[in-house]
Amino acid sequence: MKVLVPVKRVIDYNVKVRVKPDQTGVDLANVKMSMNPFDEISVEEAVRLKEAGVATEIVVVSIGPQQAQETIRTALAMGADRGILIKTDATVEPLAVAKLLAKVVGEESPDLVILGKQAIDDDSNQTGQMLAALLDWPQGTFAYKLEKDGGALKVVREVDGGLQTVKLTLPAIVTVDLRLNEPRYASLPNIMKAKKKEIAEKSPEAYGVDISPRLTVVKVTEPATRSAGVKVEDVAALVAKLKTAGAV
Amino acid sequence: MAVLVIAEHDNANLSDATAKVVTAASKFGSDVDVLVAGEGAGAVAAAAGQIAGVRKVVHADGASLKKQSAEAMEALVVPMMAGYDAVFIAATTTGKNIAPRIAAKLDVMQLSEIVAVIDPSTFVRPIYAGNAIMTVKSSDAKKVITVRGTAFPAAAGGGSASVESAAAPAGPFKSEFVSDEMVKSDRPELTAAKRIVSGGRALGSSDKFKEVIIPLADKLGAAVGASRAAVDAGYAPNDYQVGQTGKIVAPELYVAVGISGAIQHLAGMKDSKIIVAINKDEEAPIFQVADYGLVADLFVAVPELTKAL
Repeated sequence: MKVLVPVKRVIDYNVKVRVKPDQTGVDLANVKMSMNPFDEISVEEAVRLKEAGVATEIVVVSIGPQQAQETIRTALAMGADRGILIKTDATVEPLAVAKLLAKVVGEESPDLVILGKQAIDDDSNQTGQMLAALLDWPQGTFAYKLEKDGGALKVVREVDGGLQTVKLTLPAIVTVDLRLNEPRYASLPNIMKAKKKEIAEKSPEAYGVDISPRLTVVKVTEPATRSAGVKVEDVAALVAKLKTAGAV
Repeated sequence: MAVLVIAEHDNANLSDATAKVVTAASKFGSDVDVLVAGEGAGAVAAAAGQIAGVRKVVHADGASLKKQSAEAMEALVVPMMAGYDAVFIAATTTGKNIAPRIAAKLDVMQLSEIVAVIDPSTFVRPIYAGNAIMTVKSSDAKKVITVRGTAFPAAAGGGSASVESAAAPAGPFKSEFVSDEMVKSDRPELTAAKRIVSGGRALGSSDKFKEVIIPLADKLGAAVGASRAAVDAGYAPNDYQVGQTGKIVAPELYVAVGISGAIQHLAGMKDSKIIVAINKDEEAPIFQVADYGLVADLFVAVPELTKAL
């Protein structure tokens, strides 16, 4: 089974994002960037499938600037086999990302595409589902557990209030949730090995996909700040405050 | 402007989320129809008709819609969109599963988890887990929108919209429902809870987490959450995690116990109405967002608080 894993380069989840004073967006200059945490989980799952003898080849794809190559290298060091960088400095919205990925799927013919359920920058939670629709493939979103079952894939999904199991006919799309696995750290020998793995470079134009945005950002602002609270002396004072506020 | 609201339900009960989405949808256009797709969901369709401001209810009933799978919902909704300018759905796991499929088929960019409608093409939505707020204008002819429920009040009852039937898609689909395993708990679900008690690394062990946090949560009728640090240390299961990479919550009351307040955690709970922090370290960043802060040993203060309530 061949697995395709799309990965996105985003602001590291430990960095406090700063809104630009001119309200055009978030300041990305000199900020630590990392692989989207949900995508790390996708890569890990693909590598585990390969280690279990279920997956035969793992191809990682990223759409972004030249530096997205580092994100692909990280995935290669974790155990993916080769990479594809679709290079662009433009902002690519989930719909356009899904269209580009559909083209990659056409070229690579994977049996399974594993994506993070969302990227922690724009929080869209759309790409996997959109790709499934464009390909007319079944989808298992917010995966908690994956299990190959003959020509099908059983996906246990995290849903509000519990878990739901669905069975997907392959080829299929899976988006991963937090509890699926804990991604590994790449070992030094694997990081060295990853440097020799192949990364093909492409462009959105070469795929014939129009990536012009459908959305225009009017402004990006800081969220409303909370008014400074008060420190209370003891539990009795806390209870009194909560009662006055009608919270208990 | 005609807008279709996809109802959230379990075939027996209409979720509160739907009336909130109707409020958001009414800010977009005046002709709001509600789609109830399910199996044996007649009572839900009737309940949807009682939401004030609804023009009509479209009720599609059939086996293929029992679980509102994304594949079946796409087949149902995409043809219906010829008659609508927008589709609104709650940003629940069901809504998030379905909406992008519809958007891709309509070739439009979805707007996820909106918190305000400025005009029929301009919307406000949080990005970076709420650390930045984006106002965005869509140039697409039709809008596909998921709505963050905590941002809109529920529409009132007292409506009397008519119910009209629609055919369920035939299938079969390449995705098949196998089973549900719902958490059987009297405790509310974290993202829907009105009150949450969360524990952090300061609790020191999974036993202490249970011993200290659970009684307070029980007393308050609250859901239980945890910081990533507490989850990573194994004190609480991963699905308790509140934060940027966990669940984003906005309850009426959030009690943070032994949580220092890492950015990661604050991103997931700072929209809560009232935040209480109990922590030994008076310099902890959690106090900067807390309405009421208590600098105290949690092992003494929390049991005392549980008793006092």
